Amino acid sequence: MEIEIKVISRDALERVFSLWLAAGKRILAPKKTGELVDFAWVTQLSEVCLDQVQTVQSPKLAIFPKVEELFSYQTAFDQVTIQDRPLEALEEIVVFGLRPCDAAAFASLAAIFTWDSPDQLFSARFEKMTLVGVSCARADEYCFCTSVGGGPGATTGSDILLTDIGSGEYLAEIISEKGRQTVQAAAGKFQPAAGKEKESHLAKVVPSFALAKITPALAALFDDDAFWAEQSRRCLGCGACAYVCPTCACFDIQDEGAGDSGKRLRCWDSCGFSMFTLHTSGHNPRPLQSQRWRQRLMHKFAYMPERQKVLGCVGCGRCSRACPVDMNVLEHLRAIAEAKI
Amino acid sequence: MEALKNKAREWLDSRMVQLVIGYSQGSGDSVRAVFVHDPGQVETLLFDSRCRQNLAVYLLKPEVKKMGKAALVANLTTLRAVLQLAAENQIGEHDVLTLTVNPAGELLVLSTLEAIETYVAISAPDLSVEEKAELEKYEKLGMEERWQFWQEQFSRCLKCYACRAACPLCYCSRCTVECNQPQWIPVPAHDLGNLEWNVMRAMHLAGRCVNCGDCSRACPVNIPLYLLNQKLISDVFRNFNARSGMAAKAENTLSTFKPNDKEDFIR
Repeated sequence: MEIEIKVISRDALERVFSLWLAAGKRILAPKKTGELVDFAWVTQLSEVCLDQVQTVQSPKLAIFPKVEELFSYQTAFDQVTIQDRPLEALEEIVVFGLRPCDAAAFASLAAIFTWDSPDQLFSARFEKMTLVGVSCARADEYCFCTSVGGGPGATTGSDILLTDIGSGEYLAEIISEKGRQTVQAAAGKFQPAAGKEKESHLAKVVPSFALAKITPALAALFDDDAFWAEQSRRCLGCGACAYVCPTCACFDIQDEGAGDSGKRLRCWDSCGFSMFTLHTSGHNPRPLQSQRWRQRLMHKFAYMPERQKVLGCVGCGRCSRACPVDMNVLEHLRAIAEAKI
Repeated sequence: MEALKNKAREWLDSRMVQLVIGYSQGSGDSVRAVFVHDPGQVETLLFDSRCRQNLAVYLLKPEVKKMGKAALVANLTTLRAVLQLAAENQIGEHDVLTLTVNPAGELLVLSTLEAIETYVAISAPDLSVEEKAELEKYEKLGMEERWQFWQEQFSRCLKCYACRAACPLCYCSRCTVECNQPQWIPVPAHDLGNLEWNVMRAMHLAGRCVNCGDCSRACPVNIPLYLLNQKLISDVFRNFNARSGMAAKAENTLSTFKPNDKEDFIR
């Protein structure tokens, strides 16, 4: 559908929050606790923090939380009864205040979770989620959305994108059917936007590398062990980058049971961990951190574009900000794009 | 820091070491670890108050070990980690050469573990004045309040294990949390899993932690892990008069049996 442009005042937006709650929706938005700005469940706009460049974690936790029950089971003699999660009981949620890169990232996540055998829980949650983004007025040295097809005011993925245009007003771009329904349900809160623009209110993010060079360079560099060893030497092999990443989708399955009942849980996992690919035999096809670092980049910039036709990176920069040893991914991507191959 | 660069160049040129693990300029105002193996790269080395990462964490990494003998640019807690690793038989006398810069800004070559022992004697007895003040504030909390405090802090834990990865003394090739026959610690990052993980890690570091603070700095969700460690450092000091990372030969405080232990239950 064609994007419709409206304006909404901060006061009206505050009332929209009440309408969402009254309609039984939960609202996930950036909230400041101490020094930390991260996604949390909120009930009013005044709780929301939009001053940060980015939150620590990505909003993927709305539909792919760090731990979730997939089903529960009971055993009795030789009978096993499995109870799936009742999908109809899942709540409708609004993710508010996510950045355009985060909204775009849901396409990468969905591409993985619906690739061959669609994940029912993920799909049901995705269906019940509305994304009301807020475009970026500021960026930092870790941001590189414009190098991977996004932008500080990009509309892809959002249902509604708001841009703070000053004087307590937001320009509202109504992007999807869900966005249109949200506007309809908020009767009269969104007003016509005569002659208002967002461009002058957006952060400037200068593209830092040529994306077209990355995939072929990765293919050519694959066997260059020294290159990957040099890039990854300081990497400690923790999972901070993967866990804050809006597109990292790897998970581990854990059964937790006691006696004759239990549940199966899906937990985040990371290809950076040394045990990620460890086989029962003791063989590990990726025994070195350099191979695991290479895998991380290959997956996002080569395998996903090839298999899922979508990039596995939106340039949010979270991995670089969260990394305890400053493994600045943008710097590494630049080196890959500029490598003599 | 010309003296540092010159020494690194001299050692690399003479093949006394094959590698200098030090600090270089990182993103923005930060510094990051650098692995200098070519004398031509020594210009990237620097040392100032931003150099807080405990680079001893890299000494036991197979990828780094195979590069050859290393010189380590070390701050005070890195030196203590080196001693603690020696005390735990993880590194030997000839595995590493250390370089440090004293408070007067002079480069010191600490080429033996004994030289490191002599130097680290300048460190604070157990905790700094500021650390003690914060710990005293924490210790005024009742048990229920402490429980609530940690429940809330640990609820944020993602189980990314950045704390473990950043810690020079978390060197187990297979951590307890990864042993699943039987499963000691629940893997999921739910409340119980997070509590058990963080408490287990703190206990495994009791009497060993050198208080470098890297676990807290590594934590993406700002869990004040230093507070757990400092509480244990303070308790170990008070109860056993022991300090980790001060000597290259030392018994592990919490895992050494002594027939004359003052507690009855253990005899």
